[in-house]
Amino acid sequence: MSANEHLPLADTGLLRFTTCGSVDDGKSTLIGRLLYDSKAILADTLNAIEKTSQRRGMEAVDLSLLTDGLQAEREQGITIDVAYRYFSTGRRKYIIADAPGHEQYTRNMVTAASTADLAIILIDARKGILTQTRRHSAITKLMNVPHAVLAINKMDLVDYDQAVFDRISAEYREFAKQIGLEDVQIIPMSALNGDMIVERGDRLDWYTGPTLMEFLEAAPLAHSEVPEAFRFPVQFVCTADGNDYRGFMGRVESGAISIGDAVKILPNGLSSTVKSIDLGGRELQRAVAGQSVSIQLADQIDISRGDMLTSADEQPRIEKQIEADVCWLSETPLDTSRKYIVRHTARETRAMVAGIAYRLDINTLEKHEGAKLSMNDIGRVSFKLQLPLAIDSYAVNRATGAFVVIDETTNNTVGAGMVL
Amino acid sequence: MTTLLNKDTLTHLDALEAEAIHILREVAGQCSNPVLLFSGGKDSAVLLKLAEKAFRPGRFPFPLMHIDTGHNYPEVITFRDARAAELGERLIVRSVEDSMARGTVVLKTPDESRNKYQSITLLEAIAEFEFNCCIGGARRDEEKARAKERVMSFRDEFGGWDPKNQRPELWSLYNARTHKGENIRAFPISNWTELDVWQYIERESIALPSIYFAHTRPLVRRAGSLVPITDVTPARDGEKIEDVVVRFRTVGDITCTAPVESTASTIAEILAETATTTLTERGATRLDDQQSEAAMEQRKKEGYF
Repeated sequence: MSANEHLPLADTGLLRFTTCGSVDDGKSTLIGRLLYDSKAILADTLNAIEKTSQRRGMEAVDLSLLTDGLQAEREQGITIDVAYRYFSTGRRKYIIADAPGHEQYTRNMVTAASTADLAIILIDARKGILTQTRRHSAITKLMNVPHAVLAINKMDLVDYDQAVFDRISAEYREFAKQIGLEDVQIIPMSALNGDMIVERGDRLDWYTGPTLMEFLEAAPLAHSEVPEAFRFPVQFVCTADGNDYRGFMGRVESGAISIGDAVKILPNGLSSTVKSIDLGGRELQRAVAGQSVSIQLADQIDISRGDMLTSADEQPRIEKQIEADVCWLSETPLDTSRKYIVRHTARETRAMVAGIAYRLDINTLEKHEGAKLSMNDIGRVSFKLQLPLAIDSYAVNRATGAFVVIDETTNNTVGAGMVL
Repeated sequence: MTTLLNKDTLTHLDALEAEAIHILREVAGQCSNPVLLFSGGKDSAVLLKLAEKAFRPGRFPFPLMHIDTGHNYPEVITFRDARAAELGERLIVRSVEDSMARGTVVLKTPDESRNKYQSITLLEAIAEFEFNCCIGGARRDEEKARAKERVMSFRDEFGGWDPKNQRPELWSLYNARTHKGENIRAFPISNWTELDVWQYIERESIALPSIYFAHTRPLVRRAGSLVPITDVTPARDGEKIEDVVVRFRTVGDITCTAPVESTASTIAEILAETATTTLTERGATRLDDQQSEAAMEQRKKEGYF
């Protein structure tokens, strides 16, 4: 047997997804099932959870134990933070950002969704669409997660009844349309028995769509679906002793760039063309979204960390006042009389709150005026900035439309913003 | 506007590499005095390769540092020094034995593992050089307690990690701000698995200490683990010493690192074994994590890397 027979095939990249739902929906079991059926669990881990399952008097192995993390959580029996899990199918590597579903943990789901290419919203077939389903869906929309799956779990507890699935599907599609969440794939499943996760099973024959795994394997990756403009925030300027190398180091956040392309440098607005692109000493003709490279320009221009190279044709807005949907992350509420730091791409600026238009009730989507923002609240906030930022709308570009709010005193990250 | 072509899609290794380079550059951009922890192990060898990709043709914007327990395999120390010299970067070595001489590390018994005392020596070195960020090669898949670890993980003045009080980390907007005395532990390969690391080592032809490859070593079988017999880890009464062909999956202090039986002598053979292995990386090879399910979490709260 040759070594390569065991290795992943020519791979189709890295997909990040988030799972939203509560322990009651069988979320931990679903993740355990994905890991188990894709053979990502090793023998010693399995032995440990088998022992624990037996100790707790269970007959089958409790797959939810695989995603149990920290001591405090084991004691409380709930998930208190975002946990990251990994598995690979041979075609793709997956990163799961597992966010807890309880209401008080909106900030955790916002955090998990911020990096996700896909969201799995889990519901219990017996209970149908609940307040938390609406909340998870609204956050998926708010965070502009490109793809979503509604996983109708525990079909085993409703006798795999198609009528139940059809009823929930119809109701959900109506709701999803209202909030503008498009193209949601709805999949019936039983995580407990493994139906429609990796294997189809033989109890859901009436369902002809993809299994969850088939859907994950085929989901388009970030940046691959719609045209995007080139954005390159400069993280670091590289100069080397003894030669005239002056490379602007950063990651292509969107679009692509080739040698000879015209670029604008923001915020100063100067123009130049790309002289060279390299990645770890290897010369590239072209760099694409996701790649961390070093770019030299044809002209001597003073550029430093926090500046942005952009497409000459399609430029972001330069703003000193921004309006955004903000999710508050800190136990200390937003204080409109204080100054904060806004970190956007590789740039930081001081900021003050110009106003809070409303607070959004994420469960009902009602807007409450004259509000303050406390932990887990989401609201429409405008900031005045000390330095200008080169921004795109978050709906168009998740990298150049996002920012975090930092408390200058504690240095904590206290808010997450999505620019309108 | 550009639409990416199918061939533009990054492979998983390309994507992980790009993310790690981005994180290293954020450390360089945000932290005034970082250091990269280099043990000579495979994960830190990968970190060095990523640092080259992130910063060459310039110099690294940080020195390298090793916290030496004094109980390391000589092959690893030789490799460590050769690699630092080859890169032309500054290597700082601080020793647990120096902390013992100062009296800040007190072993309960002379043969107690020094592994956990690295935390003390590390904190002393951080204070000595006023480092505000330590870059390390830890991965989230290594152990349960690490699954929730941030890429930029905040440590208070005592080096402590409070799992309930970590900064939220959204998008790739990392927050490495600190006050004097506090520091950040930055983990550029957080999202890599052991298989990813080996695949990258193969793809980039990264050199490793010889003990990662199959070799014959005298050892005893003790409580399900293979325990190498060395000056600091002698056989106990009644134990039978065998010569066994083994390799190490992780390297660290001699007293707490065990090899696995393997004849894999090339990276391709190691990859084949890793892709089909039935034991987690730490499960069979780290004698210190097995003490209890929560062992790692406890050590991290005390400032362990």
